[in-house]
Order: sequence, then structure tokens, then C-alpha cells
Amino acid sequence: MSTIRIYVPGDAAAVACGADDIARTIGDLAARKNVAVQIIRNGSRGMHWLEPMLEVATGDGRIAYGPVEAGDVEGVFEAMLANGGEHKLRVGKPEDHPFMKKQTRLTFARCGIVDPRSLEDYCAHGGYRGLNKALAKPANIVAEVTQSGLRGRGGAGFPTGIKWKTVADTKAEQKYIVCNADEGDSGTFADRMIMEGDPFVLIEGMTIAGIAVGATKGYIYIRSEYPHAIDVMNDAIAAGRRGGVLGDKVCGSSYAFDLEVRVGAGAYVCGEETALLDSLEGKRGQVRAKPPLPAHKGLFGKPTVINNVLSLATVPIIMDKGAEFYKNFGMGRSRGTMPIQLAGNLNYGGLFETAFGITLGELVDEIGGGCFTGRPVKAVQVGGPLGAYFPRALFDTPFDYEAFAAKDGLIGHGGIVVFDDSVDMAKQARFAMEFCAVESCGKCTPCRIGSTRGVETVDRIMKGIERDKNLEVLTDLCNTMKFGSLCALGGFTPYPVMSALTHFPEDFGASPRLEAAE
Amino acid sequence: MTASSGWDANLAAEIIGRHKDTEGPLLPILHSLQEAFGYIPEPAEPMVADALNISRAEVHGVVTFYHDYRQAPAGRHVLKLCQAEACQACGSDALAARAQEKLGVKLGETSADGRVTLEPVYCLGLCSVSPSAMIDGRIVARLDANKLDALIAETAR
Repeated sequence: MSTIRIYVPGDAAAVACGADDIARTIGDLAARKNVAVQIIRNGSRGMHWLEPMLEVATGDGRIAYGPVEAGDVEGVFEAMLANGGEHKLRVGKPEDHPFMKKQTRLTFARCGIVDPRSLEDYCAHGGYRGLNKALAKPANIVAEVTQSGLRGRGGAGFPTGIKWKTVADTKAEQKYIVCNADEGDSGTFADRMIMEGDPFVLIEGMTIAGIAVGATKGYIYIRSEYPHAIDVMNDAIAAGRRGGVLGDKVCGSSYAFDLEVRVGAGAYVCGEETALLDSLEGKRGQVRAKPPLPAHKGLFGKPTVINNVLSLATVPIIMDKGAEFYKNFGMGRSRGTMPIQLAGNLNYGGLFETAFGITLGELVDEIGGGCFTGRPVKAVQVGGPLGAYFPRALFDTPFDYEAFAAKDGLIGHGGIVVFDDSVDMAKQARFAMEFCAVESCGKCTPCRIGSTRGVETVDRIMKGIERDKNLEVLTDLCNTMKFGSLCALGGFTPYPVMSALTHFPEDFGASPRLEAAE
Repeated sequence: MTASSGWDANLAAEIIGRHKDTEGPLLPILHSLQEAFGYIPEPAEPMVADALNISRAEVHGVVTFYHDYRQAPAGRHVLKLCQAEACQACGSDALAARAQEKLGVKLGETSADGRVTLEPVYCLGLCSVSPSAMIDGRIVARLDANKLDALIAETAR
């Protein structure tokens, strides 16, 4: 009997649900039954309610089973040996699942499919085609990325190509590519999934960026809360050096590029690009005033491309299939696809990559299947701790940078956190201020002091102390923070606060004066 | 996980020397010191300052800025409960209250017997399988009262 290939995800979401123990058990079972089994620790496909989701390779494609718990392993293993046979947890072919069929996977094309630590597997699934095309016409890379319409996936939505052009046009002996993998927003995990499931796509994207702008060194700044991502990235970089895709002659070309992982130390504000650069330099992660832009004076004062994981990981497919191909997905000025993360109180949470334009309601009700508590959805926070809370009334908003901005919200890094009707929105507003107070870098006053005053003011409102007066103070404070803060931490904390107040005034003890003011 | 051990100036010097010549060496040095000692021992700060030619205040400023760096050893076990929004949406508040009551410590504190440190964490990136926790570096998702009690029992060992 030939070796049977079994996939047990090494993705942190699967591991946190018991995947490591399951992998061990399968190894033991195979040894006991004297069956030759190869266990591959793949990434996650993104159907997280099915994790740990195991797969077996059959002549008819891969067959999945999930969610597999410790007690199910033996039965699932038997079914797998029977060429992907019947079992109550049998999912069938993952790609045929409705949750997958509705997606357009460009950035996440290989995630969950390949062995993340294998450069050969990456190349067998279309990896490094983008880089080879880039090497054929290096002078065209920046134009191609610009024409694709790719915008910064970290949240700010700044056109990636323009950032790159600025760095390319700036003369310097040394330039850097920095990947912002400080994915601190609650409700987001796409960066983590890519790093754990398809790390070479990030390596390839960063290498293309290096060739485009003339940088030979890259850093990936990963938050310390992501130990699994750190491990996989380090292994992939080592494999990349051995395989000649990193080093003095990238893929045999005249270009040099190398990468290093740096680990954060638990400061949320380091997700802000200039704070991240200070942190990389070994300083407190304090925000820098702009200008100068990082593109002119970034890491160690050198011209630096700093991009989010998803932005960089999307570059290889743009180079491979062309700007036109990518640009044809999406709506308005939001081109291409967005890996959306469905999180919180949902039946079907996970990673859903789709073209811009899908509505919030479709995502929450149809794809996500509503709350797992069985209660009605009351509020949805989009874009992390600095994103606005949306009520059902705004569920027709299409997922698009501008459409969300028009509703006083943001798509941020594409995380959606769903709350049922038991949530107290005044408490959520208080939390937003409290989080800002704890995480503020302290450089600017509106953020440092405003957030603390904000907590106190919400406390007074919740206690019913001079409520109308304090609501006015809170609104005024939010304005000061929004327009007076140096970065998005202080500047965007008003989004969750004001959206909670605007859409759910009853949770703040609605007063006639507040409603009259609208 | 990290084991706290006694202060060893030679070990600290070796760690500092290992990273000193990399670009932006301070965070890698502090990470390694904490891995070796379980916290950043105060006598290490002037040594780091000296090696990097920066002031002691700058080193101390960095140590105190980042949540990860400890200035005193943690308990033998470290239980981190995610308290960010996605976990809040799935009942993390009640779980934190339960843990605080059962362990007799508040979030951010170490028990008097040095057995366990209970800490909040703001997002482990397990938001689709929340609530989540981390115990001695191991991640646990879909936390409920039963699973939490099992983790608390682990800290008794």
C-alpha cells in the first residue's frame, strides 16, 4: 500500500482546538496499524467552525472531515483509510463547500492547500511565477502594481504602487522593505493565516518589492502573540535561503534580497507604521510626525517601503496574472479582492476572500449564518478596535473603502466582529476609550489624556450623572481626538464611541435632547 | 515557557554580545534576557545601556513601554485570557470574572504563593473560535466554564 497523505492543520486556530494532539494520535494509530502515513501540517482553509478539519488525499482529490475532536480521531482515520469514506464528520471536498465556492481566492489561493514549509510545494502550486515575470521586466513592477489598483490592506487604503514609486525615486545606498505583521486588531487573523499557511507568498511579495525599489533587506515585524506564525516564517525564510530564492542572487538573478523576522513586545500602537519603525530601531514604539514620510526617511532614516502582510502577499498574483486581471474585481476605487475575517458571535466564522462590493448584511447573515447563541445580531464592529459599530439598519453598506467612510466607519484590516442583543453598547464605548488609554504611546495629548477623560465621561453617563451635559462633553472630546491626534489610535477611537452613541442611544439612557440634536 | 532563574551577569553579558551587532538590537536583547531569566533583571539594564551606547533611562523606558517585558518574575504558570472585542462578544467577561474568583487574583496579578499569574491579552488572533486563552504559551480556543476550570486546575500543578 502506498503512503497515505493526511493533512492536519498547523494553523493556530486549529491548534487551539486540539490539532496538535490529533496529529500525534494519527501518527500513533498509523504505527499501530502498520500503515504508511505522511502527516502534513497545512494552513487552514478558513472554515474555522470545522476546525480541526482533517483532509486525506485520494485519487479523486482531497476529502475533509471536521470538526474532529479527540474521541473522533480513530473513526475518522478508518474512514480516511477507506479512500475518504463515510463518517458523520465527512465534509467532502473542501473546495466544493458553499462557503468556499462563493469566494474568489487570489491572495489566499494556496492557503490550506500547500505544505507551508515546502518551497517545492509552493512552486508546484504557481509560486514564483510572479517573481519570474517581475525579473523579466523589473522596470515595470511599480507601474503594474499601481495599475492593479492595490491599496494598503492594513487599513489606511493608500495606493501601494504610489508608496513604492516614492521609494524607488528616492536615491540612497540602503533601502528597506518592512512588513507590518503586527496584526493587533481584534477580529482579524488574515495576516496570521497567510504567514502560517502560505509564508512563501509573503516572501515572494517582499522580494518583488525589493527588486522594484532597490532594497536588499527586509524585516517582518510579527507580534509576540503569534508564536506559530513566527515559527513558520522563520522556517520558510531558512528554506528560501537554501532554495536560492533569498540571498545574494535571488532565483539566479543579479538581485540580492534577504529577510529577517523581528518580534514585537505586546504594544498595540506598534501596528501604526511609524511606531513600528521606532520599535524595530529598538526604541519605545512612539508615533512619528509626518513628514518626513517613511518612503523618504523610514527605518534607520533610510527610504522604506512599509506595507501590511496582505498587501505584500497580493503582489505575486498581480505580477503573475497582470494588473488588468486583478483590477477587474471590485467596485469603485476599491479594486481586487479583500480577505474578510468573520469573527465573534457567528455560526460560520473564518476567512472569506471576495471582491469588494459584497454587503455587510450578506457577510453577517448569509455567509456568517448569524449568531451562534441563536439570538438576533445587534451590532457589528468592522475594522478592529478603532472601527465603527454598525446596526442592522446599515447592513446594506457594500464592503468598499469609500462606502464605509461615507457611513462614518472604516473597513480597516477587514475584520468583522458580530455581537448579539445582549451587548451593552455604552460598555463597548467605554472599552474603546479604555483600550486607547492603555495602549496610547503618550506622544500626543488628545490621545493620551483624551482617552482617560473619555473613560471617566462614559462612566458618568452610565451612572446617569448629568447625562446630557456629559454626552456633550463626550462628543466634543471625540472631535478633539479625531482631529487633534497624531495617528489613528487617538484619531479613530472616536469611531466606535460615536457610532455606539449614534446608533444605540438607548444604551446610553437616550435623552430627548440627544435625539433632537441629530 | 520561560523559567525564572537567578541573576547571572555572565549569561547576561553573553546574551547582549550575541545581539549587539545586529541592526536595532535592543528588542532582541530584551526578548532573550526575558527568555533566560523570566523577566528583565534590573542589573541588566546598565549593562545593555553600556553595550549599545545609550542611556540607562532609554533602556528602562523601553522595558516599561512594552507590555511583554516583566520587571519581576511571573508566577510558575501564566494564564492569559483574551479580553478583546471578538472574545467579549462570546462571553470573555464572565470567564475573566470566574478565573479571578477561583484564583483569588485580579487580572494582571500574581498569586501570593507565586503559583500563577493571571493576565489579560488583547487578541490572540483566534477571533473566529473565541473566547480564547493562552496557558504557559499553549493556546486554547472555544473556551467555556468547563475548559477554563481545567486550565485553572493545571495551574495547581
